[in-house]
Formats: sequence, C-alpha cells, structure tokens
Amino acid sequence: MRLGLTPEHRQFGDAVADLLEAHGGAEDVWERLVELGVPAVLVAEEHEGAGGDEVDLLAVLDQAGRAALGEPVVEAAVAARLLAGIGGELAAEWLPKLASGEALVVAAPGPYVPHADRAGLVLVGEGGAWYAVRPEPGSLTVQNSMDPLRRLSAVRVPEGAVPVAEGALAAEAFDRGAALTAVQLVGVARRLVDFAVRYAGERSQYGRPIGSFQGLQHQIADALVDVEFARPAAYKAAYALAKGEPDASLDASGAKALASDAALHAAKVSLQVHGAIGYTMELDLHRWLRRAWSLASAWGDASHHRRAVAAALIG
Amino acid sequence: MDLSFTPEEEKFRAEVRAWLEANVPAEPLPSFDTAEGFAAHQEWEARLHGAGLSVVTWPVEYGGREASLTEWLIFEEEYYRAGAPGRVGQNGIYLLAPSLFEFGTPEQKARFLPPMARGEEVWAQGWSEPEAGSDLANVHSRAERVDGGWLVSGQKTWSSRAVHGHWLFALVRTDPESVRHHGLTYFLLPLDAPGVTVRGIHQLDGYAGFAEVFLDKVFVPDDQVLGEVGQGWKVAMSTTGSERGLTLRSPGRFLAAADRLVEQAREAGPLDDRLREDVADAWIKARAYQSYTFQTLTRILDGESIGPESSINKIFWSEMDLRLHETALRVLGPAGELVEGAQDAVADGRWADGFLFALAGPIYGGTNEVQRNIIAERVLGLPREPRSKR
Repeated sequence: MRLGLTPEHRQFGDAVADLLEAHGGAEDVWERLVELGVPAVLVAEEHEGAGGDEVDLLAVLDQAGRAALGEPVVEAAVAARLLAGIGGELAAEWLPKLASGEALVVAAPGPYVPHADRAGLVLVGEGGAWYAVRPEPGSLTVQNSMDPLRRLSAVRVPEGAVPVAEGALAAEAFDRGAALTAVQLVGVARRLVDFAVRYAGERSQYGRPIGSFQGLQHQIADALVDVEFARPAAYKAAYALAKGEPDASLDASGAKALASDAALHAAKVSLQVHGAIGYTMELDLHRWLRRAWSLASAWGDASHHRRAVAAALIG
Repeated sequence: MDLSFTPEEEKFRAEVRAWLEANVPAEPLPSFDTAEGFAAHQEWEARLHGAGLSVVTWPVEYGGREASLTEWLIFEEEYYRAGAPGRVGQNGIYLLAPSLFEFGTPEQKARFLPPMARGEEVWAQGWSEPEAGSDLANVHSRAERVDGGWLVSGQKTWSSRAVHGHWLFALVRTDPESVRHHGLTYFLLPLDAPGVTVRGIHQLDGYAGFAEVFLDKVFVPDDQVLGEVGQGWKVAMSTTGSERGLTLRSPGRFLAAADRLVEQAREAGPLDDRLREDVADAWIKARAYQSYTFQTLTRILDGESIGPESSINKIFWSEMDLRLHETALRVLGPAGELVEGAQDAVADGRWADGFLFALAGPIYGGTNEVQRNIIAERVLGLPREPRSKR
C-alpha cells in the first residue's frame, strides 16, 4: 500500500517546473516539453514513445497546473492512448509524430477542442464515440473564450463520418481526460491558495496584515481543505486507469468532480482575498483564474460527473 | 503508487470478516449510554478481545496483536462494513492509550492497558471545563500537593461515558501561579473515588452521553500521574494529534455509511437530480477520504510526522459525515425523522441516530473553527491573529 510519488516522478515534475518557470510564456514551450519527453510518456515503445503510464504523468500535470500551462498535455495524452487502442495505420502514422513533436494530436470532447487549430490530427468525442478530423478550412472555427491560452476551436465532424472508437475504448478515453485534468486542476487550485496566502501576508489594512483576520483565514483554510482532499483522489483515479481497475471510471468521475469544485472554490477565494487588484489584468492572478474556470468545465463539470456516478451506483 | 494489499493483509482481512460475520449481533445493541446498553457493549468488547480484535495495533502483552497501520485500516473497513456495535471504550483506546504508550511508566501500562483492551475499565475524558472549551488551556481545576499524591478539586464537563464508566483522564492545574498551558498535570482517577460526583447530561438523542464531573479534594496517588508534573499539556496534545489525525476516524466507517446510503437511494425509488448528485457526492467523498488516508499512511511509513495538517483531516471528515447523514434523511423523505422504536422507522432509525451523532463532529475534538485557525496559521503560515493576554 503506497499512495504517493516516487523520487523519479518528482524529478520529472521538477524538470517541467523549471522549464515552465524559465519559458512559461514562450511560443515554443510545447517543443521544449517534447524535448523533455512529455507527450511521449503514454506512447508505447514500438511507436517510439517511452511506454509509461498515467502515474508517470502525475508530477508533470501537477506542475503544469501550478504554472498555469495552457498547452494540451492532457489532450495529447488521451490521444496517445486512444490512437494505440484504435491501432492500425492511424496509430502507426500519428503516434511516432506525436512522441517526436513532428505533429500534435489532441483528443477532447466536442464541440470546442483546445489547440485543435495547431494540431495535425484532432480526435473529437461526440455521443460517446470518437471521430478523427483533419484540421482544414471548413472543419474548424477558432472561438474566443475566457481562457485565451487554451485556444478553443469548434470542430465539425463531417456528416456520415465513421467513428474511430466506440464502446469501452471510447468511454475510457473520456475517463482518462477527466482524471488527468483533475490532477492538473489540483495544481492550479493549490497555486491559487498559495497566491492568496502570500497576498494576505503582504497587504495591510486597519494596521495589520489582512491574513491575520479570521474572516479571510477561514476562507483560505476551507479552500485548502478542498484542494488537499482532491489531490489523492485524482492520483488514485490515474492509478486506477493505469492498472485497468474495474472502478476506474467511478474514480475518474469522482476525482474530476472534487477537483473542479476545489479549483472553482480556490479561484473564488483567491480573487476575494486579492480584492480589486485581483480583478485586473495588472496582476498575473487572472491566468490561474482563467485556467480554473476552463478546466473545471473541460471533460465534464462537477455536476456532470456526480450524475455519472449516481447513474452507475443508483441506476 | 501501489494500492494493492499483500497476501498477508488479505488473509488478515478474511479472518476479520469471517469472525465478524459469525459474531456481530443480529439486532443492534441498546445505546451504550444506558445501563443495559453499557453492559451489553462491555460484553461485546470482551468478545472482540477474546478474538484478538479489540486493539489490533497494540503489543501482544497488552492485549493486541501488533497489527500494522494498514491492517488497522483493513480492520476498521471490515468492522463498519459488518455493522458491528459502536466502541464503548473508544475514549480510552483512542484518546488515552496513545499518551499512555508515550508517557506511561511500565507499571502504569501494565495496570491500565489490559483492562482497557478487555472492555472491563471504560474511560471518560476529563479535559473540558465550563470555562475551558475551545480555549482548552483555560483549565481551572486545581490540585494541591499532599503526602504521597494530590488533592484534586474542580469541575469537568462534557465528559462522555462518565455516567457508566470507571475512570477519568483529566487535565488539572498543579501550579497555582501558572497560566495557559503551563503548570498543568495529567491525572488518572477512578470515578468511584471519595469526593467525585457525576451528574449525567442528556445529549440530543435523549441519552446521558455526557456528564459533569465534580471533584472535591479527590486524592490521587503519585503513581496515577501520567507523564511529569507540569507536563500535562504535552501529554494531552500527543493524544489530540491522534484524535484529529489518522486514528479516531478511519475511512471504514464512512465507506460503510456511503454504501448504505447508496442502497437506501436504490430502494427509495425515483429521486430528483439534485438528491442523486448529493448521494454521489457522499460516496465520492468517502472514497476520497480513503485515498487521503492512504496518502497519510504512506507519509507516516516514510517517517514523516503529520502535525497540524491533521486539522485538514478533521474538517473534512466531520463535514462529510454530516452532509452524508443530511442527504440520507432527505432520501428517506417523511420517514427521515422517525427514530428508534417507531413502527415505520427505516433501519430502526439508524439514519436519524447517525445524523444526531454526526452533528457533534464539527464541535468535538477541537471545533472546526479552531481547526481553521490552526490550518491558517500553522499549515499555511498566515499572520497570527492578535490574541488577548491573560
């Protein structure tokens, strides 16, 4: 019995954290993540990947969340496993490209898919199945959204298109996206709590730091409780997917419900603690707020996942 | 990450499960806050002890079987899954025993631990006082030095199990000049000693689960002082860490309650979406609490200490437990308010009883407001709130 990261996992996460600290806003950050081997983790060795599993990505996703990384680490990871399950020519063509960085492949539920406009291949989930779409004029339309660094496109599945994945394979891809996004959300949420703590220690009113007022202390403490309980649930969900456990889908939904709620809670509290300055573009806080909002609804919001759990348990 | 159990752990689980299936009373025992129920629960503790299951993590010489923490978690899962009786000795086992193991003399351990393990001697907590609730250090009870021991006087309150129990573990001021948490001493005293008066206080369920304990020059010999004189706060705090942390509230009881809630929801017929989500939320949180506990266990096995983070744990389980029971009463609808003995009560009013019990969670073991202060200042390092000096 062991629920925690290994030193190797942490080292991988730290390498990503260092990269993001130095190049977080850079245009070519995806190329650098490729150099670190991030999109190759879930690609099998026969397709020139690292042959790892979801647990190997935990520290990376946590750091990606803490750094408010907008890149599609989760969507590429889901695509890697989905392509492997589909097999055949699609896998043989795209998996090596995804692992080497030659092309990006993203998988996400429709209609709005992040980073679809820069992908070589888009796998879009609709009605419980997945469709492969080549981005070209007419197949997608870029949309402005609250989280510009996670640029969304409406992806149109051509009429009469044949699904590339259905049934258990398709369902597992939705679970994987939810579980891995939950891990990233926990990182986002924890950083929002840390920002609130820092600001509350610096800002003084009535002659004392605002963080010494219970009215704020208790709000921040409650946000922390939600974050700290979402993390092991998210780790467990990733582990359950890696091991193919029978309850993996329930764990993924549970993790996403908790992480979405925790992130929205942390965002609300952190903004409130920062007051008016938090409500501006002058502080970087907005990058984390935006990521909390967008990832909380990506891959199904908390309510969606609680209903999924209710349907499975109660009928 | 490895969330599997070893073959030895699975064997332990099978043994515990088999014993519980054969031995758990078919009918729930009467409340342990009645004379009849207290005796029935003591008898149950003796049977548990006979099977080597009353205090599984303790050393063999004191009545345990030196089970690992992982095995303790397995035991708890099975115990609550089987719907076994509440633990009448839990104050002693979970609150006093950790301090006895850390600070007790060999003679004290040999004297007090075995009868606690057998359920023969049931302990009540004597920390809170009328003026010392959340502000626990504001203890006014005092002890006067006499030949061979101390004369203890004062008033303790909210002492669970003191009405039918046998012993009290109490924090008392031994240095009259001292303030706050200095100058306190930890005493072990029998509730039938001359000078002790116990008055039961009826809790929301109607039973005298609490008591006031009046102490009037009660003689306590030196060998019933736990730890050093003046070090009572330190001795007590080694216990509260375990109350808020891993040992008092295991995931097993919440997992079992969440599974029963799901069953109840299945039997209830169509529920609205909001209620269905709340049932799912309770189940998700019980599982999350289990994962959090496994994470804590991993950290302990890695040699880390948990410290003030146990306050995070306490807030989570107490709020989760209360919400779970609120949801259960909504699932039951009109029958939700029926209690034990009512003809139409579902599961003999178990949910209403559980709801009343859960209501206490955010209050005892340090109120959740105190826990939030601890998280803010000691986990997150926020600036301290100015405190009045006394």
